[in-house]
Amino acid sequence: MSPAIFYILGAVTVVSTALAITRTETVHAVIYLVVSFFGTALIFYMLGAPLVAALEVIVYAGAIMVLFLFIVMMLDMGMGIRPKRSYLRVWGPPIGLSLVIAVCAGVLFSRQWKDYLIADAGFISPRTFGYALYTEHMLAVEVVSLLLLFALAGALYLGRRD
Amino acid sequence: MVPLSHIMILAGIIFALGTICVMSRKSVLMILIGVEVMLNAAGLVFVAGSMKWSLPDGQIFVLFLMAMAASEVSVGLAMVLYLHRRKKSMNVDRYNDMGEKRDD
Repeated sequence: MSPAIFYILGAVTVVSTALAITRTETVHAVIYLVVSFFGTALIFYMLGAPLVAALEVIVYAGAIMVLFLFIVMMLDMGMGIRPKRSYLRVWGPPIGLSLVIAVCAGVLFSRQWKDYLIADAGFISPRTFGYALYTEHMLAVEVVSLLLLFALAGALYLGRRD
Repeated sequence: MVPLSHIMILAGIIFALGTICVMSRKSVLMILIGVEVMLNAAGLVFVAGSMKWSLPDGQIFVLFLMAMAASEVSVGLAMVLYLHRRKKSMNVDRYNDMGEKRDD
């Protein structure tokens, strides 16, 4: 059963990514990309990485894509003629793909953690993850925090009004 | 059980889609989206490796990858804002000079 869910999720992810990169309007591309990230998050969950799956939804689908939407709406690039399309054609595919993902998520979440994994071993609990992160990889955490600080300074510098 | 090669193939397809997006689209925002797709595919490979060897290191690297993607996007989008203010365009073909005040 789990392999079938994996292949369904993989197909949904590939289809939504392919639709995302071919859209003419950036807002539609971002929405398809959010669907694709939800599919990837469930694949992470099945690969035994629940914390990474949660972070994928929070950081990628939540923060980064909202940043994209923010910039798209701020710049308002669709200034040309916008072809009229029915709501069903615009919203049908993403809602359909999301429903498939939601059904897969319901099936996965209703099971014990041993049963949804697609391999026998490899489940890494958030506890193990956090312990390894803050003992073995402490220096890397510091370097990444510096990277985020530099990104903050860079974004502030580039975005200033002169 | 899904073999590791199938996960690698899935990640490869997603990465190829991101590469196609970066190389074929003109809008600078779509190019950034393509980069995001490629980073996501790389993360999938890391998590698959982490599962294969039952080690948390791959997942920890995905965490760093996410921090890297977040900082890349914040700087990249600030740069997009700056370029849009300068050139009034999203088309990367318009960003072809390094001079100070040439609005052609």
